Amino acid sequence: MTQAKPRLLAISSGGGHWIQLLRLRPAFEGCDVTYATVSLGYRADVPGCQFRLIHDGNRSQKVALVKAAVSILFLLLVEKPNVVISTGAAPGYIAVRIGKLLRMRTIWIDSIANAEELSMSGQKAGRCADLWLTQWPHLASEGGPQYLGSVL
Amino acid sequence: MIFVTVGTDSPFDRLVKVVDAWAERTGRSDIFAQIGEGAWEPKSIPFAHLLDPCEFKERFAAARVIIGHAGMGTIISALHHGKPILVMPKRASLGEQRNEHQLATARRMTEIGGVNVAFDEQELCQRLDRLAELALPRQIGSAANTSLLKGLNEFIHSSF
Repeated sequence: MTQAKPRLLAISSGGGHWIQLLRLRPAFEGCDVTYATVSLGYRADVPGCQFRLIHDGNRSQKVALVKAAVSILFLLLVEKPNVVISTGAAPGYIAVRIGKLLRMRTIWIDSIANAEELSMSGQKAGRCADLWLTQWPHLASEGGPQYLGSVL
Repeated sequence: MIFVTVGTDSPFDRLVKVVDAWAERTGRSDIFAQIGEGAWEPKSIPFAHLLDPCEFKERFAAARVIIGHAGMGTIISALHHGKPILVMPKRASLGEQRNEHQLATARRMTEIGGVNVAFDEQELCQRLDRLAELALPRQIGSAANTSLLKGLNEFIHSSF
C-alpha cells in the first residue's frame, strides 16, 4: 500500500513574496502541492502544478482585504490541505489564520526583506502558525520565530 | 540594456525621475522602466506601468544592469541572474513605504550580496555616471539554502 502524500497549499502575494515562495519548492518534495497567488501571469512559474488565483489585498484596502479573505476561505475549504505554507504578505496572513481555525498545520516564513524587525502581519501570523521562521539569525528568539536558513 | 524596476506595490517616482533626467542628459537610449501605477510618466525613457510577469522576466534576463528599489524580489532576481544591481531604498519617511525595511534590506544586502546602494537621489546620479564600476553580485542558485529546505520538508512530513 502506498501512503497518501500530504496535501500542501503554498500561498503568497506577488512580487518578492512569490519569488521567495518559489525558492522553497525543493522542500515540497513528496507533497501534493497547490500554488495560490494573485496574478495569472505567475502560472508559468509552476508548470504542471496545480495553480489557483486569489484576490490580492493589503491592510490599507479594506474591501480588497475582505475579497481576499473570502477567496482564501473558499480555496481552503475546496483544497483541504494538510499543511499551509506562506511567505506573506496579506493573503498569506489570512491563509495562516483561517487555516489554523480549520485545524490545518501552518507554516509562516517571514520575508527576508524584514532584516531588522519582523513585519506587523508577520508577528501576528507567526504567533498563530505551527512553525514560525525568520530568515535572519539575529531575529530568532525564544517565544518568537526560529531560524533554519534563508531563501538565498 | 538597463532595466529599471520599482516593484509591484507602489510607484517610486523619486528614483525614475533621476534615471529619466540622466537619460536625457547623456542621450542614453537603451533603458526600459517598469514604473508602477502612478500619474507621473518619464519623458526620456520607454516604460510600462506594470509588466506581465513573463515580459518582466524577459526584460530582466535581457538587461546588462538592473536599477531598482531595494525590494527583495528585485534583489533576489538580480543575484540569481548574476546581474550588477544598483538600488535606492523606498523610504517610509517620504511616504514611499509603510516602514523602513528597504533601508535595512539595502544595508544587509550590500554586505552579503554585493548589491550596490545609493541612499539618495544625489548618490544615485553619481553612481549612474559610473555604471561600469558597479560591483558584481554574489550569484545564487535557484533554491533556498539546504538547511531551510530540509527543515521545512521534515516539518511538513512530520505533521502529516
